[in-house]
Amino acid sequence: MLSPAHITTWVWQYILKPLGQILLFIVISAAVMSILAILVGIVLRTPWHGIDLLRTRPRIDLLQQVLVQLPNMLVDGITIGFLYAMIALGYTMVYGVLKFINFAHSEIFMVGGVVGYEVMARLNSAQQLQGFPPVLLVILMIATGMVVCGVLAVVIERVAYKPLRGAPRLVPLISAIGVSLFLQDFVRAFEALTRNEFNLAYPTGAVPFFGQRLQLLPNVSIGMSTIIIVVSAILMLLGLNYFVNATRLGKGIRAVSQDQATASLMGINVSQMITLTFLIGGALGGAAGILFGLKTTKITPIIGFIPGLKAFTAAVLGGIGNITGALLGGILLGLFEAFFSSLLPYFPALGTGYSDLFAFALLILILIFRPTGLLGRREDEKV
Amino acid sequence: MQERTEMKLVKVLAVLAVVALMGQAVGPTPVQAQAKIIKIASQSPLSGGQSVLGTAIRNGVDLAIQQLKKPLEDAGFTIQFVPFDDQATPDVGTANANNIINDPAILAVVGHLNSGVALPSSEVYDKAGLAMVSPANTNVNITDRGLATVNRICGRDDAQAEVAAEFVFSQLKPKTLYIIHDKTAYGQGVAEFLRTNAQKAGVEVLGFEGTEEKSNFDAIITPIVAQSPDVIFFGGIYDQAGPFFKQAREKGVKSAFTGPDGMDSSDLAKIGGESVVGMVYTTAAGVGTKQFIDDYQAAYKLYPDPYAAEGYASTQIVLNAILQLTKATPGTVPTRAQVAAAVRATKDFETVMGKITFDKNGDPEMATYYFKKVTSADPLKWGGNEVLATATRPSPLMKAMMATPAATMAATQAP
Repeated sequence: MLSPAHITTWVWQYILKPLGQILLFIVISAAVMSILAILVGIVLRTPWHGIDLLRTRPRIDLLQQVLVQLPNMLVDGITIGFLYAMIALGYTMVYGVLKFINFAHSEIFMVGGVVGYEVMARLNSAQQLQGFPPVLLVILMIATGMVVCGVLAVVIERVAYKPLRGAPRLVPLISAIGVSLFLQDFVRAFEALTRNEFNLAYPTGAVPFFGQRLQLLPNVSIGMSTIIIVVSAILMLLGLNYFVNATRLGKGIRAVSQDQATASLMGINVSQMITLTFLIGGALGGAAGILFGLKTTKITPIIGFIPGLKAFTAAVLGGIGNITGALLGGILLGLFEAFFSSLLPYFPALGTGYSDLFAFALLILILIFRPTGLLGRREDEKV
Repeated sequence: MQERTEMKLVKVLAVLAVVALMGQAVGPTPVQAQAKIIKIASQSPLSGGQSVLGTAIRNGVDLAIQQLKKPLEDAGFTIQFVPFDDQATPDVGTANANNIINDPAILAVVGHLNSGVALPSSEVYDKAGLAMVSPANTNVNITDRGLATVNRICGRDDAQAEVAAEFVFSQLKPKTLYIIHDKTAYGQGVAEFLRTNAQKAGVEVLGFEGTEEKSNFDAIITPIVAQSPDVIFFGGIYDQAGPFFKQAREKGVKSAFTGPDGMDSSDLAKIGGESVVGMVYTTAAGVGTKQFIDDYQAAYKLYPDPYAAEGYASTQIVLNAILQLTKATPGTVPTRAQVAAAVRATKDFETVMGKITFDKNGDPEMATYYFKKVTSADPLKWGGNEVLATATRPSPLMKAMMATPAATMAATQAP
């Protein structure tokens, strides 16, 4: 059974191939964005007379700024892109199975961030944080967050969605919004009562490990949080890919997403598969919440909304219902954001505040030409 | 079946009991008991992102009532304190305000923290003739509406922006400046004022960026790293500025950080940690007397957060007004109109924030602005931030009066 040939195929099928795919996505998106940015730099290098909006700041050589900032913009974009991708998976998987948008997912992400904070703050107040091996700490935080958020997502499904299974499609949507508001205020009340705090600041200052930076080039360095995010995200994506494509349960989920009625006739327990989908999506969302917390070091009960919205957008951009699409969409959206936010300051009439305007305009353009999203073409790829 | 009915009965009874209890708690108290009760209300955010400051205000009011109620109690009155949580939200503030004006025993309100909440809530108080003394609202419209019931003991945004610009240029002496703001009326307002003054002072503004981003500032920091300005000014509130400062330092930004009074909360140190040590900010929040600081620490086991002393001083003014009225007509509870008039008539009254005189609009005739430096990353030591410089500015009415020659004479003769 475990002949060398098998092992080689396995490694190729479940590690190298998906890894290569991720790398390919990153390289293509990064190359496209870089070329666009450099083109803009060349075209707008000299003030564009007559069009005030496009005139850059005096004494700024736009092309030079683009080149100086390029490595940083790529790192920023890819980092946040991986986070968006991890959150987007929760939206896309649930959509694949139930054909409905679980708007409470952004709050599951937030709960993940709060759980990570609780683990870290409790260790800190017990004076255990300094002595704790940092890698183990990250694993402990992510594991706790995944368990709590996975279970939470399952509970939400049971309480708020399952009783509405036969109802019109808009009804569970409202229910999801209700759950979302409930979770926000529940966490707010919980933290107010137990700690009387709203801004939950991760005590990363107590662990020197998190403050380390990897110097790549003279003016380019990568923070520890970025490395943690990229490594954990890749590991989880590989795990998810294996689970969905190589295990019996994964096959069950795929079957349910293709056709619920037929899947149930084939002896697949549909509601079990739905529960499983929520468990996995919730766990990934929770992990993303902790990674977000480690990066930004501040979590509040209302933090989930914007990243949730962006991740949902990423899921649609990549093709909702498609796991690979979520990854591509996330990275692309992250890069859009990083490039626009970092370059718009050189146009005094615009500024960073308009970065979402450009990012979403680009998104609309893509969706006009590909209404099903970048990879949302073939029905049978849906999970 | 039998069991089920019993269970149902128990449930119904439980619900009834809860309803009855709630009714008791919320319902009106008997009229006789009300006769000699005087209540002071406070309104500030006790939950949510700005609860540190809101709680400080409440604590200040509470401490003042505990310490100063004796003379009124000797005169036969019971003084009660009713704190309200406005959640830094206009809707909640106005709803609370309606509850407050419907309790006839409440004679004055100390609040709010946020101008956006104070503006609509004060309209409600004014309808009922209820006096409000604000410890922290710096928006010009708080008093410029000319309401007879609305007063404040802190400075104003127009003067603050001017003082902030003056402090930043004279103390930090930057050649290049990068301005970030939060796109709100407050943050962008201060930021724009600074930009205008920077151009006048010959300081080059490398960037003027508004953002609603609250947590991930990577993309905003990249152009700052590329341009390395001398000073970064953040026009906004600490819960947004904290992560920004922290991430900027982590990414190697060496510029000096500064901001307006929105920075003034111990949560900035909690979120920003070491990155905010050494940063400077302007604020309308003073420190209070040493006696006040000691008493506050004894009562709450922490250094007074910003606006605690202002909360205390506002209550001093209110209690003094009520005391004077009860002395004039012993044994009767003064009316709201009397209290409002007495509060507005406050003149040279000594508080923990110094002498206060209200002008015709309810502004303090002279307001003090502070330029402070963060000395420690420990949030508990926030109140001990070093005062680098202070500036006193007259209220607009006072300024107009000083402009006329006769008044200038009077003003210079005053100590």
